Amino acid sequence: MSWKLFWLLVEAARLTVLLSAGAIAIGFLIACLVCAGMLSHNRVARGAGRLFVSFFRGTPLLVQLLLIYYLLPSIGLDVPSEVAAITGMALCTAAYQAEIMRGGLGAVPSGLLEAAEMTGMSAAQTFRRIRLPIAFKLTLPALVSEAIMMLKSSSLVSVVGVIELTRMAQDLAASTYRPLELYAAAGLIYLVINIVVALLGTGLEARLRWGRI
Amino acid sequence: MSAPMPAVRIEGLCKDFGTTRVLDGIDLDIPRGKVTCLIGPSGSGKSTLLRCVALLEEPTDGYISINGDPLGFDRGPNGARVKLPARQIRKVRSRIGMVFQQFNLWPHMTAVGNVSEALVTVRGMSRADAEERARKELDAIGLGARAGHYPSELSGGQQQRVAIARALALDPGIMLFDEPTASLDPELTGEVLNVMRRLAESGMTMLVVTHEIGFAASVGSKIAFLDHGRILVEGAPGEVFAKPREPRIDQFLETYLDRGAATLL
Repeated sequence: MSWKLFWLLVEAARLTVLLSAGAIAIGFLIACLVCAGMLSHNRVARGAGRLFVSFFRGTPLLVQLLLIYYLLPSIGLDVPSEVAAITGMALCTAAYQAEIMRGGLGAVPSGLLEAAEMTGMSAAQTFRRIRLPIAFKLTLPALVSEAIMMLKSSSLVSVVGVIELTRMAQDLAASTYRPLELYAAAGLIYLVINIVVALLGTGLEARLRWGRI
Repeated sequence: MSAPMPAVRIEGLCKDFGTTRVLDGIDLDIPRGKVTCLIGPSGSGKSTLLRCVALLEEPTDGYISINGDPLGFDRGPNGARVKLPARQIRKVRSRIGMVFQQFNLWPHMTAVGNVSEALVTVRGMSRADAEERARKELDAIGLGARAGHYPSELSGGQQQRVAIARALALDPGIMLFDEPTASLDPELTGEVLNVMRRLAESGMTMLVVTHEIGFAASVGSKIAFLDHGRILVEGAPGEVFAKPREPRIDQFLETYLDRGAATLL
C-alpha cells in the first residue's frame, strides 16, 4: 500500500478523533446534568433523567444518528453532517456516562460522608471535597472504557455522510481493489489511537496515588 | 444544691427502624469531664444510641440536650416535639467530635489533609494555618512523622489515631467513640486505647461504645449496660460490676474474657 493511501487514512482518522473527542466532552457535560437529574429530590427531574438514559441506552446509535440526521432538517435546522454526527454521539455517550457517574457517586462509602458531616461540612462542601474526588477515582476506568467504545462507535457516523476512518478505508478499498490492506491499516490506526487513550487513563490513575478505598 | 448540668442529657429516647424498636426509652446523663462507657451485647442498641447523640440517626421520640441546648428536637409551645432548624442543629453539633469503628479517613487526603480539611472548609482558616494546627495534633498523638502519608499507607491503629486527631482539631467539648478498636488487631488496639486514656486524663468528656471491658472498668467513670434497647444497669464501674450483680451482666462478661473481663468475674 502506498504512503499516499495511508496518509488519506490518517487524515480521516484525524476526523474520527475530533468527532469522538468532541462527542465525549459534550457528552460528559450532558451526563453531569442527567446524573444530577437522576439523583435529584425533584420527581420530574428524576423522571426526565431516567427517560433520557433509557432512550439513548436502549436504542442503537445507528438509529439515533439517522433520526437526528433526518429530524434536524425537518424542524428547520440545516446543519452539516459533522454536527449531526457529534450530536448523536454526544447524546448516546451521555446516557452511558451518566450511569457510570451515578454508580460512582453511590459507591462512595457512607461512613466517609458521615465523617464529613460530623466535622460540620455542609452538603455542598461534602460533595465537592469528599464525594466527587473519590467518585472520580472509582469511575475513571469505566469512563476510559466508554471513551474507547465511543471512538470505535464513531465508525457508524458514515451513515450520515461523514467520511471518517472506516468510511475512507471503504471508499479507498472500492477504488483500489485492495480491501485487505486498507481495512488492516484502518484497524491498526484504531488500535494505536485506543492504546494511547488507555495509556492516558492509566497515567491519570497512577497520579491519583492514594490507593484503595 | 442542684447537681451540675450534665454535658449530655438523654430523655425518653426511642428509635425505630421500620417496625423494630431499637431504643426503648433511654434516660441517661453524660457527666462533664468524665468517661461514660456504653457496653452490652451486639444488637442491644449501643451504637444506635451513640449515633442518635451525633444526630447521624434521627430519634423517633425523646430529647437530647448538649450543655442544656436541645439537639435536633425540642419541646414546642403545646408540648409537641418540633424539629429544630438546620442552622441550630449545626451549631449544637459543632461541639461534638466523632470517632468511627471503620476510621472513615478520607482516602484521597494525607493524614495532615484529613485533620486540616474542616479547619479550612468549615472554620475558614487559611490552608497554611490549618496545616500547622493539624501537624501539632498529629505530633501530640505521636504521628508527626506520618503527616504526609495517605490512609492506605498507615496501619489501622495509626488511621484511628489520625481520626481522633481530626475530631480533636475542631476543639469539641464532647468526644463520641463508636467501637473505636473493634476493627483492630489486639496489638494495635493498645495504641488507640492509650491515646483515649490520655484524652480522658486531660478532662475530655467522652462517650464510648466499647467491647473493651477492661478499658471501661479502668478508665470509665460511669458505665451503662444496655440490653434490648434499654439501660439495664448504670453507675460507677464499682457499682455495675460489684457482686452480686445482674445475671445478664455475668452472662455477658463470660463472653468477653479476652477483653479484660476476666478480672471482673
